[in-house]
Amino acid sequence: MNTNVMTETAGDIVAENKPVTADTIAEQNADAYETVGNAFCDQAKMSMRNVNVFYDEKQAIYDVNLDIGTNEVVAMIGPSGCGKSTFLRCLNRMNDTIDICRVEGQFYLEDQDINDKKMDVVPLRARVGMVFQKPNPFPKSIYDNVAYGPRIHGLADRRSDLDEIVENSLQKAGLWAEVKDRLHQPGTGLSGGQQQRLCIARTIAVSPEVILMDEPCSALDPIATAKIEELIDELSQNYTIAIVTHSMQQAARVSHRTAYFHLGKLIEVNETEKVFTNPDHELTEAYITGRFG
Amino acid sequence: MTDKPLKTIDRVNRTLGKRHRAEKRFRLYGMLSIGFGLLCVLFLFTNIIGKGLNGFTYHFLELQVELDRETLEITDITNENQILAANYSGVVKRSVYEFFEAQGRKNKASARKLIATEGTGYILQGRLKENAEDLVDTQTTVWALVDDKVDFYLKRLGDPGEPGKHEFNEQQLQWIHEAVEAGKLKRKINWAFFNAGDSAHSEEAGIRGAVMGSFYLLLVTFCLSFPIGVSAAIYLEEYAPKNKWTDLIEVNINNLAAVPSIIFGLLGLAIFLAFFGLPRSTPLVGGFVLSLMTLPTIIISSRAAIKAVPPSIRQAAYGLGASKMQVTLHHVLPLAMPGMLTGTIIGLAQALGESAPLLMIGMAAFIPEIPAGVTDPATALPMQIFQWFRNADAGFNEKASAAILILLVFLIIMNALAVWARRRLERRW
Repeated sequence: MNTNVMTETAGDIVAENKPVTADTIAEQNADAYETVGNAFCDQAKMSMRNVNVFYDEKQAIYDVNLDIGTNEVVAMIGPSGCGKSTFLRCLNRMNDTIDICRVEGQFYLEDQDINDKKMDVVPLRARVGMVFQKPNPFPKSIYDNVAYGPRIHGLADRRSDLDEIVENSLQKAGLWAEVKDRLHQPGTGLSGGQQQRLCIARTIAVSPEVILMDEPCSALDPIATAKIEELIDELSQNYTIAIVTHSMQQAARVSHRTAYFHLGKLIEVNETEKVFTNPDHELTEAYITGRFG
Repeated sequence: MTDKPLKTIDRVNRTLGKRHRAEKRFRLYGMLSIGFGLLCVLFLFTNIIGKGLNGFTYHFLELQVELDRETLEITDITNENQILAANYSGVVKRSVYEFFEAQGRKNKASARKLIATEGTGYILQGRLKENAEDLVDTQTTVWALVDDKVDFYLKRLGDPGEPGKHEFNEQQLQWIHEAVEAGKLKRKINWAFFNAGDSAHSEEAGIRGAVMGSFYLLLVTFCLSFPIGVSAAIYLEEYAPKNKWTDLIEVNINNLAAVPSIIFGLLGLAIFLAFFGLPRSTPLVGGFVLSLMTLPTIIISSRAAIKAVPPSIRQAAYGLGASKMQVTLHHVLPLAMPGMLTGTIIGLAQALGESAPLLMIGMAAFIPEIPAGVTDPATALPMQIFQWFRNADAGFNEKASAAILILLVFLIIMNALAVWARRRLERRW
């Protein structure tokens, strides 16, 4: 990559999206910057190093370094278009489905570089599951929705094993009591919050190590949101979770560490409490106090 | 202009009447075009149904026929060739003379001309083929086909346009009316029309051959164009890189959909008949040609159906670790199937009504046999209609109208099937 072009493009983006209150700092950091706070941890489940992402010639993410610890919940916040979703989608190579997207950098899942082109995405996505913004159950029965992952990966040899996986997953997702009598009715007939929990059950049915959540509550009402947040809390005992959210309260409630992204750059990573009470960086402070966003 | 400027509301009010009138006119244009369309459909249907329904019925004369060995010229009733070649016209003619009590050469000739002796003979032949032992040397009742002129005359007796137009002599006219009054000469549904193949005589001609020909044509067309079309659509939508080549392919497919069908016929003639030497006039070659014609329709509609599958479903499956093929087979294809089937059925309905390409590969021939497979010479419904209308015989014109009705019924069934498939298979997400 030609550094000149990179700098120019970065400058353009900054100029176009110039925030009203915090523009000066952003411009200063146009080509070189350092993430403040504590981006690394000892027991890292996933470690990302020197991540740059491009959509055609337009750079979406600049030199991000971040660790996600085992059984840790990391929240990614930031204004729209800051690259947090793009970054999340790199973690299980969902960006592969977008032709114009190019991802550079190292992504270690334990010791394996998952961004290696030789890496097969099928086992990767079995280890790193994903929950999307809008509930997207398959137009199949509740049972088939949850059983789909185990079926394609051949996780259950017998019907009874599959039944057990489905029941366990639905129980972990807190949906079992509500749907146990109508497992064979379509998953699309559930309410929005139930559908999202069904999608979570579907994800954990393949027992992933990491769960990525891309604004999982943005299409839900407050009560359904509260349930999902509770669920995230419970899941964090067994899973490593990376969650992108627009709601700062949600980040404050569910996460252990919070990463603040701004215009494709990882500005600050710190303990969640610190980020929301005493952030190190001016931009973070500006964002969480609602001066822009 | 006046010295005082107009207020906005005054300006609006000034143009209001004009706008309302324009609105009404606009609506009227729409209603007029709908009305014109409905009128055309109404005219078409009354005309075709009025003429076509006549083609399904025919006049039959109830005859007692003596099946004696001497007249039939059968010596050995176990000999199949003798049964086939027996003199059925002879026995029919004799009972016709008896029925009308015709005496003398001239009268006999007049009586003979009222009945289709050959066609009636075939009915007897059919019966004897099944069971010669019980029938020979007995008397049997047969509904004999009348001559098509008699049928034509009787069908138009009540017609206000030109009632009773005929070329019969007085004796014949008297016989006909006597038989009708006696209840011996009746209008009945002509089952032979549904069961027989084409014939040189209008009273014996049936639609079965053309229907079977069209069926085999569509079978070949479907078996070829559906899998090929769907595979092409899946490849283009899901796998092909978006570049100049795929753009070129897309443009070409869209162009193919607009190529006049007779060109496909020429292509079939040049490639399938001349180069590969496949048998002429067969549904196999016809199906190949119609597949070429149907493929673009299927590919275009299948691609649209695949595009309509929400990306969130694909993402969900990819997110779980499904491979591309699994995403396609488990999620995209089932969701796109109603659209694909609709496109296919509409393509097939087009193919069913197509005649120009079939002309080129020799499916416009006179083929009395009913095809039993895709490699038998056959004709198709539209071709049969064309041939019958071209025939100068009034009886054939009636048959052609009846055949149009059958073609229309098939088309309506197929379109209804497309609508049903769409409704039935459509899943909400």
